Amino acid sequence: MAQANTRTLTIVFMVALVGLALFPLTGSVFYQQLLTKVMILSIFAMSLDLLIGYTGLVSLGHAAFFGLAGYALALIQPKYDPMSIFITLPAALAICAVFALITGALVLRTRGIYFIMVTLAFAQMVYFVFHDTALGGGSDGLYLNNKPLVGWGEVKLLDLDNRTTLYYLVLVLMVVIYLLLRRVLDSRFGRALQGIRVNEHRMRAIGFPVMRYQLGVYVLAGVLAGLAGYLSAAQFGFVNPEIISWHQSGAVMMMVILGGMGTLSGSIIGAFVFVLLEEFFKDDTIFGVLARHWQLLMGIIIVGVACFLPRGLVGLAGGHRSTADAMPDKRDD
Amino acid sequence: MDHLAPILIQVLNGLQYGLLLFLVASGLTLIFGIMGVINLAHGSFYMIGAYFAWSLASYFGNLLTAIVVGIVLSVLLGLALERLLIRHFYGRDHLYQVLLTYGLILIFEQLRSLIWGDEVQGVKVPELFNHSIALTDTLSYPVYRLVISAACVAIALGLHWLIRHTRLGMMIRAGAHNREMTEAMGINVRMLFAVVFSLGVALAALAGMLAAPVSSVYPNMGSQVLIICFVVVVIGGIGSVKGALVGALLIGLADTFGQVYLPQLAGMVVYLLMAAVLVFRPEGLFRKT
Repeated sequence: MAQANTRTLTIVFMVALVGLALFPLTGSVFYQQLLTKVMILSIFAMSLDLLIGYTGLVSLGHAAFFGLAGYALALIQPKYDPMSIFITLPAALAICAVFALITGALVLRTRGIYFIMVTLAFAQMVYFVFHDTALGGGSDGLYLNNKPLVGWGEVKLLDLDNRTTLYYLVLVLMVVIYLLLRRVLDSRFGRALQGIRVNEHRMRAIGFPVMRYQLGVYVLAGVLAGLAGYLSAAQFGFVNPEIISWHQSGAVMMMVILGGMGTLSGSIIGAFVFVLLEEFFKDDTIFGVLARHWQLLMGIIIVGVACFLPRGLVGLAGGHRSTADAMPDKRDD
Repeated sequence: MDHLAPILIQVLNGLQYGLLLFLVASGLTLIFGIMGVINLAHGSFYMIGAYFAWSLASYFGNLLTAIVVGIVLSVLLGLALERLLIRHFYGRDHLYQVLLTYGLILIFEQLRSLIWGDEVQGVKVPELFNHSIALTDTLSYPVYRLVISAACVAIALGLHWLIRHTRLGMMIRAGAHNREMTEAMGINVRMLFAVVFSLGVALAALAGMLAAPVSSVYPNMGSQVLIICFVVVVIGGIGSVKGALVGALLIGLADTFGQVYLPQLAGMVVYLLMAAVLVFRPEGLFRKT
């Protein structure tokens, strides 16, 4: 039964992928940009799923990496000329990796509820750095005058000013990262992570250097979140402290759980549904005055998901078993 | 003595801020320590308290009545929330509690916006306390701030008496150590949890009400307080009221002095303190009460 469902899901995804690939042909600018945003957020969500769904590390501060990379791009790129993506992207990702290493070493000393609170606190710290100091233009944020140059010097391989080019670049990246993460999660490293999620003490007893694995996935997740942040900054041409706020961290967590944590595809679905819901609730032709308070409706949906949909949408469809199924009933705190 | 007076003022400010934080953090730590529930919406209760104070004070004409009525309303709110929602999340993984309470934050924020609007509001200091007391011949200190600190100290002592010297406190401590055994002993743990949750809500709301004349009443006050309280609880140790007090005073003083002497880094001081504690004592300074 489960096998048939998995096959059905795979077919559904293939169809969706083809649909996505063909979408720009419809010519709708608004939805194309929206889909670009959604795909970037799926990358962000997949990176968080690595932590929450597979390793059992509930990070409430993931937006810090998203924002760091975006700000890195905005700060490194010179004011009037575009800079090669082959410089700015690795630099932004390196910054995320270093931040993940340092905070990870501290944060992974804690468990359970402490971990949640401490990750949130560190993200807030980053938020304050950009909000209160002149470094990142304060609460106004920074503009990017140019998109990153995909090329070097005079040679331009792709023109990111072209909306459609950006769309396809993001689509390809999303698929590549999905496949890459699938590979990683099926590897020894990935299986160890899942073992750690289920029973950390036993893994340690067997001889796995748990801290090293956790730190490794923390850095990987941070770097991927940074990639998403970089692309987002490139798409919108603008960064401000709000991309580091805990609303961003909360939203991406919601995406992961809504879709179904512990299933990478769930993160992608969650990102789509979340953003579409947000657009739906903001529509004042449907909701009138309430549209301004769309977060109220979103909050209700979030409460609903927590109460009724712990396995997420993928779980509903009976697809791959979401790791929520394997959640131990009793916590050991 | 004169050059000490500014420092004394900062110390008093730091203590007052810390004591207010303690009120909120103690609720947070009790709710987690005893019920095992992480409550992100705790900051929202602080905000709700402040807005209660503002709207009820306008209605009744004085702050004291507003506070009394506000406390009653907060307890009712806490009981209702526990009954309808929180109850279903005991024993569930913290992830879902985070999600639930995050959703609640959004709902409370928007309800607040719909009911009370988005403007910054002020609450008048009660006439009785609306003057300053002289510290030296050039500097004086507002009496109301001292009243806040005194009220918080009184409540802290009250909490201590409640937990250490009453039957209810005994049940709370028992429930915190071993829920099943406590239930097996015939104690109504359900009722206990409802009481603890409402107590936590009331404490946070009261802090908001007391702080309203001093800090104004504005939309984001809940989020700001919440994160700081998280830091307090991490430093103090989850489930420990004593830890919450020590952590809150530490943070209160560090933040206040940081704002005065290191204004650029002021926001970061609190997190650096937390990072330092994490390096040496990841479980916090104190264990569960």
